[in-house]
Amino acid sequence: MDVVNQLQRQFIDYSASLHREGFLDDQFTQLQKLQDDNSPDFVVEVASLFFEDCEKLINNMARALEQQQGVDFKQVDASVHQLKGSSSSIGAMRVKDVCIAFRSFCEAQNRE
Amino acid sequence: MTVEQIVSEGKDQFPIGMRVLAVDDDPTCLLLLGTLLRRCQYHVTTTSQAKTALKMLRENKNKFDLVISDVHMPDMDGFKLLEHVGLEMDLPVIMLSANGDTKLVMKGITHGACDYLLKPVRIEELQNIWQHVVRRKKKDRCNSGSKDKPHPDSGEAAGIGNVDNNGKLNKKRKDQNEDEDDERDENGHDNEDPSAQKKPRVVWSVELHRKFVAAVNQLGIDKAVPKKILELMNVEKLTRENVASHLQKFRLYLKRISCVANQQANMAAALGTADSAYLRMGSLNGLGNFHTLAGSDQLHNAAFRSFPPSGVLGRLNTPAGLGIRGLPSPGTIQLGHVQNSGNPTNDLSKLQSFVPGNHNTNILQGMPMSLELDRLQHNKSVGHIGELPTTDSTTVFPGSGSLVDARITGFSNNPLLGVTSNSLMFEGSSQQATSHTSVSAIGFQNGNALSDFTSIAPASNQLQDSKADSQGQASPINCNAGQIIRSAPQEWNAPRKDAPYQSHALINSSIPINSAMIQLGQCLDRNNSIFHRTTDLDSVGPLNFVDPLSIKHSEGDNYIMEPSVIEKEGYLMFQPRPHGSHVPDNTGSLKDLASAMMKQVPTNLSFVAGRRFRMQWLFSKDFHMKIRM
Repeated sequence: MDVVNQLQRQFIDYSASLHREGFLDDQFTQLQKLQDDNSPDFVVEVASLFFEDCEKLINNMARALEQQQGVDFKQVDASVHQLKGSSSSIGAMRVKDVCIAFRSFCEAQNRE
Repeated sequence: MTVEQIVSEGKDQFPIGMRVLAVDDDPTCLLLLGTLLRRCQYHVTTTSQAKTALKMLRENKNKFDLVISDVHMPDMDGFKLLEHVGLEMDLPVIMLSANGDTKLVMKGITHGACDYLLKPVRIEELQNIWQHVVRRKKKDRCNSGSKDKPHPDSGEAAGIGNVDNNGKLNKKRKDQNEDEDDERDENGHDNEDPSAQKKPRVVWSVELHRKFVAAVNQLGIDKAVPKKILELMNVEKLTRENVASHLQKFRLYLKRISCVANQQANMAAALGTADSAYLRMGSLNGLGNFHTLAGSDQLHNAAFRSFPPSGVLGRLNTPAGLGIRGLPSPGTIQLGHVQNSGNPTNDLSKLQSFVPGNHNTNILQGMPMSLELDRLQHNKSVGHIGELPTTDSTTVFPGSGSLVDARITGFSNNPLLGVTSNSLMFEGSSQQATSHTSVSAIGFQNGNALSDFTSIAPASNQLQDSKADSQGQASPINCNAGQIIRSAPQEWNAPRKDAPYQSHALINSSIPINSAMIQLGQCLDRNNSIFHRTTDLDSVGPLNFVDPLSIKHSEGDNYIMEPSVIEKEGYLMFQPRPHGSHVPDNTGSLKDLASAMMKQVPTNLSFVAGRRFRMQWLFSKDFHMKIRM
């Protein structure tokens, strides 16, 4: 029991810190609320799904950005938009913010 | 929960168990959305492909109560999906996006979305979405209930003109039948399958729409309030809510066509110039292409060419003008006006200007119709009208609405036509809620005598149906003109793009002229689609007779060239009639119109465009456009 409590406390602390640092936001809390007896692994499911999707998107973006002959910003933009949507859905606030910044770069066609 | 269960349970448990279809390409979001919805105790189906979603929806229209869709999707644009659903199934659709740009939201709303949510989606917002469903159901119930006419395919007819051809066909058929038999049948409800629908719907037949437009014109578009309109219309079993929602659609339609009409009006000014007609057509096409008019553009343009009176078309487009001056249906004129409200002055003036020039009162009539047509066309018909010719014939009619106009003007010779077309237009529009009116208008023109405006309008709906029929009908082609109109409406009704084409094809065989007419009708319908989904354009079929002639006239100049086109048009008219049934009706009406036209036409072939069309030859079998401009 002690161990469990400990783990729980650790978890709470960790989450809190993440929140504080701005990695996560309210949405994540909502996500946690959705988890219940019917779907015990909901959060895990969503998170893993998110990571998968993310990976795909980031790969796309990397490929698009590496193009020597002119980067297809539209594509990059689309990917970023998607990433933004996903991250905001699960509450990955920081990722979302980064996405927003990224998008403005895309619009400016700034490769850097 | 089964559908039946849900239905039978009524609102007791609502919103629990509401069936939602969620579409989103992002799996994370989709999963989240699904879970959230389940948490709200809705019944959820998720898919990441828009096409799959559409398929599911089409399978069983009653399967879902609500659709939530993402905006950015790889296989289909969210807005397109939104339109499809709205048209085919008339289900409330909620848009979802990470991008909350006002412009996007506006786009969503104008495309008919009930709501626009931003990602990340929160459960509180989802808890309220059931309101949209209730609201929509209530509106449908009111509409249909007042009319006391069950909507035969409530599921399918949900939308004014289901994008589906079938939907339109059914509508048209119904409308046509009703219109044809009795114009009094305003509600144009069809008795096809009352039991099929859950709630009766008011079907805005051509006749009904005509009255509506007349009332609105009388009151003035700004002052037109549902209550007063209702009083003026004096129709039984029509409730204020029905009128209100119809008015709303009408206004949208006007707005849409006003843009197009303006363009056209300018073009129309050129009346005598076929080119302008073409232009219009072109412009119309652009405008008309609501959904998938695609291809119509070409048609339209082509159509216009064939249509010498293109100018007329342009003019016609200004429904206001169409008022069918000489035409018996003053109401229609109003329609024209009403329609014009969008572009009121431009179009009308154009028409009017044309008319005087043409010295054909008929023309005027035609003009008003064209106005309507324009209007109608603008919205959709523009695209459709061109489409009507079904790509083949494009020739004249679809010209995207402009055709319609042209027709009308052309028909002006046929005084009746003008009227009829107008009526068609109105009806068409009313029926089609979207661009029917234009079609109906066309129908009128064709058959001046068409008396069955409604038929035209329904025809639009029916166009789709009639298309099939038209083909068979081809023989009656003389009236084809009317048919064309009908088909036109059909086309409109139908997803607008498909329908017209079909009808055109039919028309081709039947009567060149008719096709023209129908096209007009279709065009009109297109325009009217906004108004009436129900295009009773089918009735347009009968118009065939007159219409073809008229069409020819208008087209005369250009048209001569395409007898085939005309035929197409003729088919158009047929088409609208949902299956053969339409056509016969249309022909009848067309005949009347035609005869009316003929009488008048012989004298004034000149279209608004100023061309002199020989009506005489209209009647002659040789539809080759002898019309001389």
